Amino acid sequence: MKGKAERDRLALGRLLLIGVPFAWLGLFFLLPFTIVLKLSLSEPALAQPPYLPIVEWVEEAGELYLAIRLRVQNYLTLVGDGLYLAAFASSLRIAATATVLALLVAFPIALGMARCPPRVRPFLLLAVMLPFWTSFLIRVYAWMGILKDDGLLNALLLTLGLIEEPLVILNTETAVLIGIVYSYLPFMILPIFANLEKHDPSLLEAAVDLGCRPIVAFWRITVPLARPGILAGCFLVFIPAVGEFVIPDLLGGADTLMIGRTLWLEFFTNRDWPLASAVAIAMLLLLVVPIVFFLRLQALGRLR
Amino acid sequence: MTTARPVREARPRIEPWQDPDAVPFVRIQGVTKTFGEVYAVDNVTLDIFKGEFFALLGPSGCGKSTLLRILAGLERPTSGRVLIDGQDMTDVPPWRRPVNMMFQSYALFPHLSVRKNIAFGLEQERLPRAEIAERVAEVVRLVHLEGLEDRKPDQLSGGQKQRVALARALVKRPKVLLLDEPLGALDKKLRDQTQLELVNIQDRLGLTFVIVTHDQEEAMTVGSRMAIMREGQIAQIGTPSEIYEYPASRFVAEFVGEVNLIEARFASVNGTTMRVRAPALGIEIVTDRPVPALPGEPLWVAVRPEKMSIAKTPPAETGYNCVEGEVFDIEYLGDVSVYHVRLDNGLFLRATEANKLRLIERPITWEDRVWLSWGPDASVVLKT
Repeated sequence: MKGKAERDRLALGRLLLIGVPFAWLGLFFLLPFTIVLKLSLSEPALAQPPYLPIVEWVEEAGELYLAIRLRVQNYLTLVGDGLYLAAFASSLRIAATATVLALLVAFPIALGMARCPPRVRPFLLLAVMLPFWTSFLIRVYAWMGILKDDGLLNALLLTLGLIEEPLVILNTETAVLIGIVYSYLPFMILPIFANLEKHDPSLLEAAVDLGCRPIVAFWRITVPLARPGILAGCFLVFIPAVGEFVIPDLLGGADTLMIGRTLWLEFFTNRDWPLASAVAIAMLLLLVVPIVFFLRLQALGRLR
Repeated sequence: MTTARPVREARPRIEPWQDPDAVPFVRIQGVTKTFGEVYAVDNVTLDIFKGEFFALLGPSGCGKSTLLRILAGLERPTSGRVLIDGQDMTDVPPWRRPVNMMFQSYALFPHLSVRKNIAFGLEQERLPRAEIAERVAEVVRLVHLEGLEDRKPDQLSGGQKQRVALARALVKRPKVLLLDEPLGALDKKLRDQTQLELVNIQDRLGLTFVIVTHDQEEAMTVGSRMAIMREGQIAQIGTPSEIYEYPASRFVAEFVGEVNLIEARFASVNGTTMRVRAPALGIEIVTDRPVPALPGEPLWVAVRPEKMSIAKTPPAETGYNCVEGEVFDIEYLGDVSVYHVRLDNGLFLRATEANKLRLIERPITWEDRVWLSWGPDASVVLKT
């Protein structure tokens, strides 16, 4: 039998252990989120900071009131003004397209890496992660040099005689997709590779032995088993891609509407912090709610 | 009270390899497989008949698994041909071969239920759903998996997984079923029981089984015939009793069962009696299976420990097949005891006695002077 003192000590230890991540989340997620939420319900003002407080002491007819003013107009603007809805929709569409493209590029790479002899794999992993050694911004700028009208890509295609006149890629949605796929590719490759590496090669042999052509075995065995890796990769690409600001700003044209860019414009150009905060909160809900719901379904499916 | 252990179902002895007119069902002809410089399988020729339970036995790395994978089509032989039921299979991909394999790791598909795992092979044949369901149910009954059809592989015990793997291969009704160390992961009791079940299933369905194992007891229990492999080559082919009683080489004698090996030199042959001298023991050894040899040629005599009699008094004839020594150690194994006898020249021989009586007082004990003797039919002369 353990003594009461010891049990208390264990309970305290457990509390401390769980406390660390909770404190982290509280400090770096919940607190900023609350501040942004508060901001999104306040009134803009030409002041420093550019919004009015939502909680105020008001003296009226000699009586003191604690007045809480929640301005819902910011959210109404989001719904009412077609620009924001269009930006949300276009962000989701671009992010989804980029995710699918990244998956199509990443899966064969991950599969090739997983099928390599184990002693080669660390070098391939290094090669996948090598771009991180250079600043993200510089790499996106490099793409501008590649994609512009008199850039490297057009020069190459013209020299090869494949095209007559330069392709217009920069400042289009295509350039944004290329930028996102390129930038987030490692986040798609790594989880899929980590999953594929663990597959037992005898499963494919068994499938082939039971009458599957290798391509059928791939679809019926490798792909379903790689699902957790594919899902993780898709989330890792899709979520940041929706809110991506740098890539559409540098590679996209004026007509490439993405919510990250809209948000930036509201904050820094219009200095409408409350509206920008409302955009941020709406984006968060838009992403988190369906994902939590989806993961919940997944967990239920696994239990069954 | 009865035991739950299945008994081997009585079956008529069929020995197609004795029949000169029988056409082998599986023919492996001069098959070689190299991995770089290494000869995994080295010019193996082997015939297996329909309805056989053929065992490939050998130490790890002897090429037995590679040979099985060549039969399955998972490896391509570097040279040589494989014929199954008269058809050349050498260039046929595994998904078109009428053979199925039960993998050592079972290789069950973790994302599919037991039912889906078993049905997997039939779905590839695009059979009607009703027929698939019927054949799956039939094989589920055969291997006693009723009630587990909806479980996933990670919800099964080792023995249940083994039976799913067997069912998944059997449901395809292969011409040849290949088993790669199928029982390696099971504990001894379950393994013994499963071996007999395998034999009964094979017998009932009349299928041809080829099993790879490193466990000689398993090979002897299930095998109608066996091939002992060593370094990619076949050391000996025969029925379990042929191989046990008349090993062709020292390697086979030592690999299958326990054996005393005595160095000897050729002395004389007289009809069916062959005499050799064992200089180290200072005795003559007589055998009733002569082998051609030159005078003075170095030979070995193999004598199984259980064929040696141990006694505290000298036998009637002490001129041959008899040595004197001292009991150095006794291993009591329950059913038998192994006596380690040190001869006067320092060599050791082993003799095994069945413990028919309860050993309250050992008739023979440590440091007793004893005589070991054996009959002419117990000594096998080996040249290599």
